[in-house]
Amino acid sequence: MESIDHPVAKYTLRLGDDALVLSQRLCEWCARAPMLEEDIAISNVGLDYLGRARMLLGFAGEHLGQTEDQLAYLRDAYEFSNLLMYELPCGDFAFTQARHYLLDEFEGLYFEQLLASEEPTLAAIAAKTTKEIRYHLRRSKEWMMRLGQGTDESSRRLQQAFDELWGYTAELFQMDQLEQQLAARDIAVDRTSLQDSWHSRVATTVQAAGISLPDADWQVVGGRQGVHTEHLGHMLSEMQFMQRAYPGLNW
Amino acid sequence: MIPLQQHGRYELEQRRRNSPCADLFSVLDEVADPEIPHLSIWDLGVLQDITRQAEQISVTITPTYSGCPAVAQIREDIVTCLQQAGFRQVEVEVVLAPAWSTEWLSDRARQTLHDNGIASPGERCCPQCGSTDVAVISEYGATACKALLRCRTCAEPFDYFKPL
Repeated sequence: MESIDHPVAKYTLRLGDDALVLSQRLCEWCARAPMLEEDIAISNVGLDYLGRARMLLGFAGEHLGQTEDQLAYLRDAYEFSNLLMYELPCGDFAFTQARHYLLDEFEGLYFEQLLASEEPTLAAIAAKTTKEIRYHLRRSKEWMMRLGQGTDESSRRLQQAFDELWGYTAELFQMDQLEQQLAARDIAVDRTSLQDSWHSRVATTVQAAGISLPDADWQVVGGRQGVHTEHLGHMLSEMQFMQRAYPGLNW
Repeated sequence: MIPLQQHGRYELEQRRRNSPCADLFSVLDEVADPEIPHLSIWDLGVLQDITRQAEQISVTITPTYSGCPAVAQIREDIVTCLQQAGFRQVEVEVVLAPAWSTEWLSDRARQTLHDNGIASPGERCCPQCGSTDVAVISEYGATACKALLRCRTCAEPFDYFKPL
């Protein structure tokens, strides 16, 4: 495989971190979901994310001189570059599905653009990912309807989830210098260009589900710079426990 | 009627037909998906190509879903299978592009799925009674590649291999 330059590796690592932390969050639902089918579905979606994380971290690691496992297990919270929305705790079932839905709509748009990336490995990963996201979205969107139109309680919880998540969505569309430069080289996706489509899709779903769009009067950002919520460290302490306690441990 | 073959599958079949490693393809017909016995990785479209340089054999495979946990097992099985056939130097390369597609399933794969009670991609009908009156129980079944459906005619639940 031809070598990639440092900005591409950093960018790949960002996308890999997004997938990795969300896959870990989804695993937390294993054996705890409200019904068996949903338990299996969440684990399967988590597996898709883990697969995506492995492809991305593996690719980034070739340049960074580290294995995917070293990147996953031996970095501290401030070295993770995932967006904050991906690391938030699972919350209740409505929160988990609402986060999923918002991210699925976003990722559907994002990875479709990444298909045209000048970096062939990223384009190949995007090709696998877009196929999987279609199924993720189909399911999470259906849950928005079921929860929104279900009982007063399910609707209330869904609304609350949207309210709690809304301020984290701004970061999905933020470009920094690294991504701007890579977008100019047709390697990365210009996030800002996706915001209108995303917003109108979400607004349509929210209306159909019978809840309302939150007022965007606050936002939290910083994940790409390694400034995380306090939740990430707790998550890593569980995810990385084995490698921290028994360095170099193998299956 | 002339049976139609999906284009992706046709290309795979041509590659094998024209390969100087036809004997190795035959050896690897023994390697099956760990989840579905008798469904070979060739029929599944996971086995993409085999090349040989002197003693060195290189096998190319592609994963179905990104996180498919069967890949590690399949990789091991390929090496073991070829070694048992007397080939010592084997490397397995996993490629991501072009992305795996259910179009790569062979007709035999579809038949094997059916025999195992799994409906093939695009054929949303009950493998037990053939009814097309079916309902989705869950978009994800026993594995990421399958959904769980239920037949409204005979009431049996069954797996549906989702088009990808």
